[in-house]
Amino acid sequence: MSDQPAYRFAVNVTPKPGILDPQGRAVEKSLPHLGISGVSAVRVGRRVEMTVRAADAAAARAVVDQLASELLSNPLMELFDVEALG
Amino acid sequence: MTARVGIVVFPGSNRDIDAVNALRIAGAEPVVLWHESVDLEGVTGILIPGGFAYGDYLRAGVIARFSPVMRAVAEFAAAGAPVLGICNGFQVLAEAKLVPGALLRNRGLRFVCREVALLPEHMDTPFTREIGERRPLRMPVAHGEGCYYADDATLDALEREGGVLWRYANPDGSVAGPDDPGNPNGSLRGIAGVRNAAGNVAGLMPHPETAVEAILGSDDGLGIIRSLVVSASEYAATGRVSGTRAMAGGAA
Repeated sequence: MSDQPAYRFAVNVTPKPGILDPQGRAVEKSLPHLGISGVSAVRVGRRVEMTVRAADAAAARAVVDQLASELLSNPLMELFDVEALG
Repeated sequence: MTARVGIVVFPGSNRDIDAVNALRIAGAEPVVLWHESVDLEGVTGILIPGGFAYGDYLRAGVIARFSPVMRAVAEFAAAGAPVLGICNGFQVLAEAKLVPGALLRNRGLRFVCREVALLPEHMDTPFTREIGERRPLRMPVAHGEGCYYADDATLDALEREGGVLWRYANPDGSVAGPDDPGNPNGSLRGIAGVRNAAGNVAGLMPHPETAVEAILGSDDGLGIIRSLVVSASEYAATGRVSGTRAMAGGAA
C-alpha cells in the first residue's frame, strides 16, 4: 500500500442553508465591537485535511467522498465539498 | 423474572453509574456493556447513557456510532428489542439513524444544566407505559447540543405517527416552542424525545435516570426507566414488545 501515490484533500463542512447556526450568529454579533459593519450571513463550519494513499486520484477521491458523507458530515444538517490540494 | 438491561459504556460516558442505579431501583438487573464488545450478554433491553462518548469529537455521538457495540445494538433494535438513549445516548442513536432527526448546538450557545418540565405524549409506548397519569415530569437537562432538528416533512410525519414521546413544557403546562422559557435549547416544536417508526427505539435529552429518588429532588423519571424495564421483561418472555410494530427491512 505504501508505494501507492499520496493525494492531499480538504473537506469543508458547513451548516445547511436554513439551519440555525448559533456560532455564526455569535460571530456576527461580535463584529460591531471591532468596528466592522456590512458583514452578514456568517456561517461557521469545519475543515478537515487528510492524506490518502490510493491507486490513482479517482480512487483517492472516492474514499474521501465516502468518509465525508458517512463520518465528517451529517446530511440532515450539513453540506460538504471536497477540495483536492494536490 | 428480573429483566437484564444493558448499559452501553463508551470512553467518556459519565451517566452510566446513574443509569445502573436507576435500573436497580426500577427492579432490573443492570449489565454493563463495554463499547468494544459485540456480545450483548443476553440482555433484553438496552439503555445508552449520557456523557461525552469519545470526547464528542467531530459531532456529539458520531464516533460512538461506529463502535463495535453499536453494530450489535443496531441488530438488537432491528429485532424489535427496546432501546432507550438518554442525552448523549440520544445523540448516538440519532447519528446512527436509529431514531429520526439530529441534535444541534443549543440555540443559546451555552451548555444548559437545569430542571425542565417534560410532557409525555403517548402513554402506551414501551417508554411511557409505566408513567401513569399524563402530567409534566420534573427532571434535569445537562447538554450543549440538544436542539432537536428535523425538516418539516419529518416533523409532520413524526407527529402524525405518534413518534414524538416527550415535549418541553412551560410553567403553565403548555408546550414550549423554540423561544419559550420552558424550552432549554430551541428544540423545534418543543420536542425533547422521539421514537423510531417501529416504536422500539427512543431517545430523549432530559435525564430521567437522575430523577428516580424523591430525596434527591424528583422521582418523576422513574416511570420512564420502569417502562423500559417492563418492556425488557416483556421482550424476554414473548420476543416482542407491545406498542411496537415490525418493520420490513430494519428498525428505522
